[in-house]
Amino acid sequence: MAQTTVNPQNSAATDTNWKTWIGVVPFFLFAILFLFLPSIRLFTASFSAPDGSFTFDNIIQLFSESYIINAYKLSIQISAITALGGGILGFLLAYSVTVGGLPKPLRSVLITFSGVASNFAGVPLAFAFVATIGRQGFITQVLKEVFKLNIYDAGFNLYSFIGLSLVYMYFQFPLMVLIMAPALDGLKKEWREAAENLGANTTQYWLKVAMPVLLPSILGAMILLFGNAFGAYATAYALTGGRLGIVTIQIGAQIRGDVLYNPGLGYAMAIGMVVIMAISLAGYSWLQAKTERWLR
Amino acid sequence: MNFITRLRKFPFWSWLWFIIGALYFILPLLATFEFSLSWDPANPLKAYQRAFEDNRFWNSFMYSNVLALATIVVSIILIVPTAYWIRLRLPQARRIVEFITLMPFVVPAIILVFGLIRIYSTPFSIPFTDVVFMQPLTNFKMGTNILIVGGYVVLAMPYMYRSVDTGMRTVDIRTLTEASQSLGANWFVIITRVILPNIRAALLSGALLTFAIVVGEVTLASFLGVNAFGPYLFLLGQHRAYEPAALSFVSFLLTWLAMGLIQLVTGGQGQAAGTH
Amino acid sequence: MTHLALKNVSKHFGNFTAVRDFNLDVNKGEFVSFLGPSGCGKTTTLRMIAGFEIPSSGEITINGADITNKSPNQRNVGMVFQSYALFPNMTVAQNIGFGLQVRKEKEADVKDRVAEMLSIISLESKADSYPYQLSGGQMQRVALARALAIRPEVLLLDEPLSALDAKIRVSLRGEIRSIQQKLGITAIYVTHDQEEALSLSDRIVVMNIGEMEQIGTPFEIYNFPTTVFTANFVGTLNTTSGEVLDPLKGLVTVDGVQFESASDIKSKRKGDKVRVAIRPERFNFVSQEKKANILDCTIESINFLGSIVRIQVKIGNTKFFVDTFNNPFLDLPNIGAKDQVTCSKEAVLVLDE
Repeated sequence: MAQTTVNPQNSAATDTNWKTWIGVVPFFLFAILFLFLPSIRLFTASFSAPDGSFTFDNIIQLFSESYIINAYKLSIQISAITALGGGILGFLLAYSVTVGGLPKPLRSVLITFSGVASNFAGVPLAFAFVATIGRQGFITQVLKEVFKLNIYDAGFNLYSFIGLSLVYMYFQFPLMVLIMAPALDGLKKEWREAAENLGANTTQYWLKVAMPVLLPSILGAMILLFGNAFGAYATAYALTGGRLGIVTIQIGAQIRGDVLYNPGLGYAMAIGMVVIMAISLAGYSWLQAKTERWLR
Repeated sequence: MNFITRLRKFPFWSWLWFIIGALYFILPLLATFEFSLSWDPANPLKAYQRAFEDNRFWNSFMYSNVLALATIVVSIILIVPTAYWIRLRLPQARRIVEFITLMPFVVPAIILVFGLIRIYSTPFSIPFTDVVFMQPLTNFKMGTNILIVGGYVVLAMPYMYRSVDTGMRTVDIRTLTEASQSLGANWFVIITRVILPNIRAALLSGALLTFAIVVGEVTLASFLGVNAFGPYLFLLGQHRAYEPAALSFVSFLLTWLAMGLIQLVTGGQGQAAGTH
Repeated sequence: MTHLALKNVSKHFGNFTAVRDFNLDVNKGEFVSFLGPSGCGKTTTLRMIAGFEIPSSGEITINGADITNKSPNQRNVGMVFQSYALFPNMTVAQNIGFGLQVRKEKEADVKDRVAEMLSIISLESKADSYPYQLSGGQMQRVALARALAIRPEVLLLDEPLSALDAKIRVSLRGEIRSIQQKLGITAIYVTHDQEEALSLSDRIVVMNIGEMEQIGTPFEIYNFPTTVFTANFVGTLNTTSGEVLDPLKGLVTVDGVQFESASDIKSKRKGDKVRVAIRPERFNFVSQEKKANILDCTIESINFLGSIVRIQVKIGNTKFFVDTFNNPFLDLPNIGAKDQVTCSKEAVLVLDE
């Protein structure tokens, strides 16, 4: 029996002429005005000397000035460490409320708190940590009086690399919780049962099934955490007042600063940041696509 | 390990991770709260009273709220029709639009603000002439407001777009539209009486996230030189000790309220992620 | 020859009893189906055999050895899940070889066994594909091969076909049965689809709210249901309430109309309330053949169901379905017409109320 196939998509597909694109014009217009033009302008500005002429000096300086290279290094180190630390703690927390056997209500408590904490950044966060582990901070005092341990004598400093990392962790690990909880939910109960049924023990299940399945999500989430810390400015500025030379603070200082002032170089540094962020985001979406394909 | 012993086993490690996480969450807040109360033992709320007495606090806080409201309105007007149009008529534009909404992750606030300043601090003139038909946006108050709201819309875009798009996917907006059309509804009726009511949970969740992002924002506000709550709190922290702690605690409670509301309206599906 | 045995197995979840006092002996190489509606305890029973649930009381043995409290990974029982449960990060070959690999078998042996299993399910060409590249039917065949690769004592199948399209369901069930017979493996098959159970099984266990209703061959279950539940669940059935008229002659009345039955109702007394059940296809219109029961009826409605035509008739004040085979020359009665139907007395089942 012959069947005539009518494809309803055909008429719709040929229908998309220029008129249908009118509907998204406002959005594109906005994106051009407030996102693309500014970015492109920064890009061209990074190739101009203070007198407005074309130059490669700024780009060359990016790779020759040691304080700039150090700024990138510092930013990358802080971002990597807090992505890793926040990633691990966040994963363990997400694990404990999803498949870890904790009572159900704790899950929504944790998710709500993570939603708050991942958005709790900038000035208030800096103050909160000063009040907690600053020189006169609550924990500092408790450790001093109860455990006779002066962490500042022991070399700790809130306004240093390690201090800023601790502060960043406050918004890093909740973000990991928010991303990983759904991913852990995606682990089907049947996979575990099938693995057990085929003779695998718990370790074998985690090593051969659960971890490989989760790995793209974990790496992807950590890349997002990396970018999250890499672009952060307000928290670091409020905490250290610009003394810790991470890239974002250096950019601010180059463009608006009183001491260092070379906008062109600042723009070049900004472009350098965009490149690094773009690479991480590309990695993220690649891993994301891989996971979605698996867990369809 | 035996299944039954595993079931009955107390999840020690899970509890340990949970408690570490909980302490990390709570201790800084507790310390802030404790510190804010310690100014004057006779009057523990002194820091709060002083902070609330300051007119600059109210001015900057109200201004930030107005900015947040404006950002939410502009975001909705911009994103809802776009997302709707893409779902209904232009699915081939999905990838590019999704890509654009992810751009704020690549261009962080500190970079965006300098780009905006750089481009909008020069006057608008007709090309190749000296005829100026508009002053630079950064030169007058309304112009700066437009810039900062525009910047905030960009920063909030990933969250707003994703909330709206998820909302539209879960209620199957295409079928709803076709059903209303077949019942004789016009476009205005479809949008206001069918689409918006059905995605209101998603809209609310996107709006509250936007609110949480905008109210405490420092980077855009300080470089554009507006008297918003973020820069005010920052300046206050330079020469005061107790009031900033009190206000930090208050702003945490506000964020918590917003997130709690998202949980409430979306039944726990609301997704939130950081912006810094 | 008992291979798998369940003795007085019960399972409670809090106050809820999922399975009550379940007894079953399965022979080596036998294919037994658990048939029942959702929530009848069939899946719980299967999961107790697999070791995912521990019975509250009772004993499960394989070859006489008690496995009741053994952990699932020590049982050597293969399971096929409704949702396939293939590992998404592994290829087809890696999925099939997983069970042998965790048993630390030699790589060459694993490879041979995987190749053998792939040829049994005729998916040699897909060895290096990932699950997301397969169709539902192919995925379930891989899941079957994976469960069989470990040379299990018993194969458990938990509604393996219910996620598939109707056509694939029929072809794959034939394949499952032929592989099972070829390997001579003992199989337990859980389903809510009576057609599947009837076509596949050596024996069927009909289950209802945690208890075994009836056990028997498909022929017995279909033709001689012993309870109203089984009669209703398996096949289409007219059931109505009636009254015993003469226990010795096997006469019952339904709303004043008299039926003669071959069911043994000698223990009943005149006036006892009973259920009267008759399969639609056991009725004939009188013109074709004379049977014990000749009943006046009125034609109510006619429905085409493909190979059969289902006619609703009114006998006295009670409505019955009557099935006849469809053919183009069928002389169908008019709706509202008076007619007569007949059925043998063996067709009239008298069951307890």
